[in-house]
Amino acid sequence: MFHWLEERPFFFAVGVFVVIAFAGLIEILPNFAQASRPIEGLKPYSVLEIAGKEVYKKDNCIACHSQLIRPFKSETDRYGMYSLSGEYAYDRPFLWGSKRTGPDLHRVGNYRTTDWHENHMWEPTSVVPNSIMPAYKHMFSNIADIETAYAEALTVKNVFNVPYDQDINGDGNVDVALGSWEDARAQALKEAEAIAADMKNQDVKDAVARGEIPEIVAIIAYMNRLK
Amino acid sequence: MQNNAALEYDYTIAKMFVFSTILFGIVGMVIGTLIAAQLAFPELNYLLGEYGTFSRLRPLHTNGVIFGFTLSGIWATWYYVGQRVLKVSMAESPFLMAIGKLHFWLYMLVMVLAVVTLLMGITASKEYAQLEWPLDLLVVVVWVLWGLSIFGLIGIRREKTLYISMWYYIATFLGIAMLYLFNNMAIPTQLVTGYGSWLHSVSMYAGTNDALVQWWYGHNAVAFGFTVPIIAMIYYFLPKESGQAVYSYKLSLLSFWGLMFVYLWAGGHHLIYSTVPDWMQSMGSVFSVVLILPSWGSAINMLLTMKGEWNQLTENPLIKFMVLASTFYMLSTLEGPIQSIKSVNAIAHFTDWIPGHVHDGVLGWVVFMIMAAIFHMAPRLFNKELYSKSLVEKQFWLQTTGIVLYFSSMWIAGITQGMMWRAVDEYGNLAYSFIDTVTVLHPYYTIRAVGGLLYLIGFFMFAYNIYKTFASGKEVDGSTLQNKTPMSA
Ligand code: HEC
Repeated sequence: MFHWLEERPFFFAVGVFVVIAFAGLIEILPNFAQASRPIEGLKPYSVLEIAGKEVYKKDNCIACHSQLIRPFKSETDRYGMYSLSGEYAYDRPFLWGSKRTGPDLHRVGNYRTTDWHENHMWEPTSVVPNSIMPAYKHMFSNIADIETAYAEALTVKNVFNVPYDQDINGDGNVDVALGSWEDARAQALKEAEAIAADMKNQDVKDAVARGEIPEIVAIIAYMNRLK
Repeated sequence: MQNNAALEYDYTIAKMFVFSTILFGIVGMVIGTLIAAQLAFPELNYLLGEYGTFSRLRPLHTNGVIFGFTLSGIWATWYYVGQRVLKVSMAESPFLMAIGKLHFWLYMLVMVLAVVTLLMGITASKEYAQLEWPLDLLVVVVWVLWGLSIFGLIGIRREKTLYISMWYYIATFLGIAMLYLFNNMAIPTQLVTGYGSWLHSVSMYAGTNDALVQWWYGHNAVAFGFTVPIIAMIYYFLPKESGQAVYSYKLSLLSFWGLMFVYLWAGGHHLIYSTVPDWMQSMGSVFSVVLILPSWGSAINMLLTMKGEWNQLTENPLIKFMVLASTFYMLSTLEGPIQSIKSVNAIAHFTDWIPGHVHDGVLGWVVFMIMAAIFHMAPRLFNKELYSKSLVEKQFWLQTTGIVLYFSSMWIAGITQGMMWRAVDEYGNLAYSFIDTVTVLHPYYTIRAVGGLLYLIGFFMFAYNIYKTFASGKEVDGSTLQNKTPMSA
């Protein structure tokens, strides 16, 4: 049979394809629906948080940080409760990472604060001597792209039914509002103002007062959300 | 041999890809050495402002060596080997020539755009699949062009039976096509909403599903980028260079179909102790161990090809490269399964042992094999004698030292860190703060950077040797190069 295949490239290619496609079908498909279910009460990311996630992607923090706490005592002691599948239901893409040059960040919002991040992102060694994490000073002057973050939120709302503008926990109020671009921009700015109020960098405060949101504010919003 | 003598193979495209192999090899490895040094000496993060941090540069390194160097190497050999094992010249088909040129230039365009966008931080952020959707579409076109080249050449072939290398090239083409398409599925947000950047997209899959698809891709991109096409090369170049016939046809058959079937299941080993279901993790673990069989099958087949001819190892530096490549392939395909065992993975995952594993595979196996292939091809492409054999010899030892420094330091670093993360004091409290587990690695990061530097210097020696061969090597009569061969191709 193999000799026969080796003289018939078409059937050979079909054979190879069937053999390699097989595993993907069996491993990935059966669990697909279940793995996409969110945990009870999970809220979608706000537009500012999405913008922060985009900064996290842009500066590729994933190269050194994981967001996946494994179910070992040594990990739960260090980082908190181990990660659950449903917590990631709105993560597109997933940001688990594959290398921990720095610590896991899945629940960093529980134990680090806005002012801690401000100092740390400006100059990591000023907070943690001997840190090998790079300083990200450019985030204090670069402006975050809120409009693209809004486009992403609107896309996942429309295409994947992510529950924006809905009452998720049943208290009668909308949990995460999206609305129109104007609404969303105003809301993002409001959240940014709250963060800037806890910061000391004057340029950042001035930018927010002008209605611009520096990347550092967005990424801090994102990290505060990681709980 | 008879009808072969009349055939004039046309290596125009092969030469172009040899050039890009060397170019991207230099770019990718220079960046790699720099980011290795950054982990030991963080001040090096600030050479290029926002664009020079470890995190911004790492995707440039990985994309540069995977999609730049390795793909170029695969195509350089394809446009050389393909004609010879199918017994047909590219010159016979102006159409395939045009396809080949388009393939090269479109690929170069994609690479330039990739460098620019990655430096700017425009990324989908999935490992080894960072490029944003417009570039993904271009990649698909490049891939289709390669497919046309493969099946076009097959269509006009004279040799009816596909040689072993051809199986592997075809599998590379199909495998990457499938993986790339599914993993990069994304929705362009600007097209859907009319707002924001047109380059931005959002993944079709979320969370755990995204992770599954990504590591199905990530793991198998290694299969179809770093294993399958490299085996295609060694099945051609080792017999050619040594004058020995492949040891066993049956073993090659078994290894090929075994590899195709088993490899795809093993992706789950990247997700052990994650939130994907247990049975998938276990399956990934088990199949990873089974994977040793077909992997070692190929490697042993190669080593036994040299049976009775081991003296060539001392006489011919190219044989040295290829035999050591097979050996590193064996090492790496044993190490991977060990890391996939759940209890080992608990320590190894997230540590430097993983990049250590990757690099004994790529530096020792992939790059060694591609360089050996280019050393073998260069005299035949340019009709020149290889510029300096003794330089090849020196390069070999320098790079081998580099690899040993690299993987031994990363083994120690990884296991040290993995153990420190879980160490507890007498009361059961964590013994070390995280930063303790970082500072302890400094000496190993330094050794790794030195190892990388040695390897890089070796690569420059390689580039120089090829350049000199091309520019000033002695003319050689092409027909004398054909003699030493057990194969008719
Ligand atoms: C070169 C690897 C590297 C990169 C890239 C990197 N970090 Fe870090 N990070 C570290 C290391 C090492 C530490 C531990 C020492 C410290 O706190 O500075 C750390 C610590 C942190 C902490 C503190 C976590 C804790 O539990 O104390 C946060 C938050 C953080 N990094 C965020 C980021 C963000 C955001 C980015 C991307 C913009 C980033 N890091 C990029 C290496 C890195």
